[in-house]
Amino acid sequence: MAQKTVEFTLGRNPEMGVDGRPTMSPLAPIDLPEPDFESQNMLVNFGPQHPATHGVLRLVCELDGETLVRCIPHIGYLHSSFEKLAEYRTWNQIVPLTDRMDYLAPLIYNCAHVMSVEAMMGIEVTERCKLTRVIMMELDRVFGHLLWLGTFAMDAGAFTPFLYTFTEREKIYRLHEAYTGARITTSATRVGGMMSDMPEGWPKGIRDFCNGLPKTLDECETLLNTNGILLGRTLGVGTISGEDALNYGFTGANLRASGVAYDVRKDQPYYDYETYDFEIPIGEHGDCYDRYLCRMEEMRQSLRILHQALDRLEKATGPMDVPDPRISLPSKTDCMNDMESMIHHFKLITEGIHAPPGESYFPVEASKGELGMYVVSDGGTKPVRWRVRPPSFVNLSVLPKLLEGHLIADLIMINASIDIVLGEIDR
Amino acid sequence: MADEKSSFDAVAQGPVPSPDEEAPDTGGGVPLLLHPSVEALKAKFGVANLHHQVVAGDQHVVFIPAERNVEILRWLRDDPDQRYDLLRDVTAVDYGVGRPLQVVYQIFSLTHKRALRVKCELPLDALEIESVYHLWKAANWLEREVYDLFGITFVGHPDLRRILMPDDYEEGHPLRKDFPLRGRFSRAEQTRQALSQDLGHYYILEEIEIGGESQALPPTVSEMEAEAAEKAAEEA
Repeated sequence: MAQKTVEFTLGRNPEMGVDGRPTMSPLAPIDLPEPDFESQNMLVNFGPQHPATHGVLRLVCELDGETLVRCIPHIGYLHSSFEKLAEYRTWNQIVPLTDRMDYLAPLIYNCAHVMSVEAMMGIEVTERCKLTRVIMMELDRVFGHLLWLGTFAMDAGAFTPFLYTFTEREKIYRLHEAYTGARITTSATRVGGMMSDMPEGWPKGIRDFCNGLPKTLDECETLLNTNGILLGRTLGVGTISGEDALNYGFTGANLRASGVAYDVRKDQPYYDYETYDFEIPIGEHGDCYDRYLCRMEEMRQSLRILHQALDRLEKATGPMDVPDPRISLPSKTDCMNDMESMIHHFKLITEGIHAPPGESYFPVEASKGELGMYVVSDGGTKPVRWRVRPPSFVNLSVLPKLLEGHLIADLIMINASIDIVLGEIDR
Repeated sequence: MADEKSSFDAVAQGPVPSPDEEAPDTGGGVPLLLHPSVEALKAKFGVANLHHQVVAGDQHVVFIPAERNVEILRWLRDDPDQRYDLLRDVTAVDYGVGRPLQVVYQIFSLTHKRALRVKCELPLDALEIESVYHLWKAANWLEREVYDLFGITFVGHPDLRRILMPDDYEEGHPLRKDFPLRGRFSRAEQTRQALSQDLGHYYILEEIEIGGESQALPPTVSEMEAEAAEKAAEEA
């Protein structure tokens, strides 16, 4: 057997004595240059290709020593002009654009878009469809928060929660896949209903997931809640008062961590959220740690809503889609068996749905904050204007305010704590 | 079994209003849907200046003159009966065919749990409107985005730069209806420009050469806040 020889070159430590052992003498005093307090600030470029920016975010930071004097965010590296593209697509063709924006919670975006179009057209969806959408939105709130939890902990130096949360996320990926056939780009909704009825056993899959998640959350909280490193890096870091947070447009858990109890599900309820029994966690100090606590509690509250919605779904009967032939497609069997249904199908697919002239702004509580879909129609099958009020975009605009005066190392934690997704910021 | 005849007829007729969305019952001339803020606005600023719409069932839109936007929005924010303390969104709508651009403010009052949409119309040859940054700091990036994508100038904005498109983007403002979907320049020209870019296209040179004065950097947050506070005090 051939023997492999490895050569090691041993370098000598200058601190060592002649015999190779460390010298015991104290360090010799070194003549340090006089510190130059008049020195100029330094500019440090951070991103766009940096894992801790959670996407392609570029921050140009001006530093005085280690203190941030100013932070200039540059965005747009992922700009795909979805809002322009949507003006050339029919109402249902826009759905695939929406889940590519927040790929961490795609179903919320799918639902929000069609909910806005339905509000504009005056369509009242069926009870089962409503419940399905509530389940989907709450499921994806947990989905988005789990990713945030994993990356937040990883930015603080803890790797284990990331593995735990991704095990749970994998279960949601499978639930997505079972319903829609896709793991991320779900495109699950259609105007007036869903892409299809839910597969058999899907509610049970969600119930199982809901029963399993609290254990993982407990494990993560055991690891993090009183962890010295996490506390040291988040307590009192990135603090913003409730008044400022509101004025700066913070929404979602970021705003609630500052003590402002604003949640679209409570303040402007949609889809019977006022009838669900759940609470809004509110922070006190508005720092990174409170944002962490708020999101952890939000996941548990989402599970409560999920259990209630699943209970209601068991009792709900009736169709999934609106029984209106101008909106919903005929069944595949009908299309294959009679001419009229086939023409009907063809017209709806090629022309699209005619929306009456009008407009609607429909706010939804997404996992990142308030997501508003603003649609304007002039009576055609395509929008005149399709605007997304992106929660992370407005949340990110607060970042320079949060950062000023902090150390550069805090930038990572503050950026992680506001939970951004660049796909939706750049759109 | 074939579809019921009536449902097929509905398809053939094309777009007709859905039977679900009837016009709100006006109850003998008095509209049932009154928005307290709109009524207060009418009383305070005069009916002639305001145009009120109800869309999508219960969403209220009020059109205000563009030159008085700060005055009216400030009143909506500060008046104790209104208290619109959250600026949800600032955006614009271009209907094309030379129609004026609409600047849309979505505001929400946490105190009274009330939403309102305020619109200003700007003719295409005068795309300028006062910035509301000093009222709501949330307007900072939202106004920059409208400036970037629609070319509307927000007077008094402390840091009005392009935000989504590159700083040196030359083709215009993409969300305007006169902007073609594939861009104004030909594909060959776009490729040529992309290939001829140097470092200066990716980085603002002044930012790289910080050794000199930091003259070209955008203002810091505290500078912007101080400026806004000064302006707010001046107006009040």
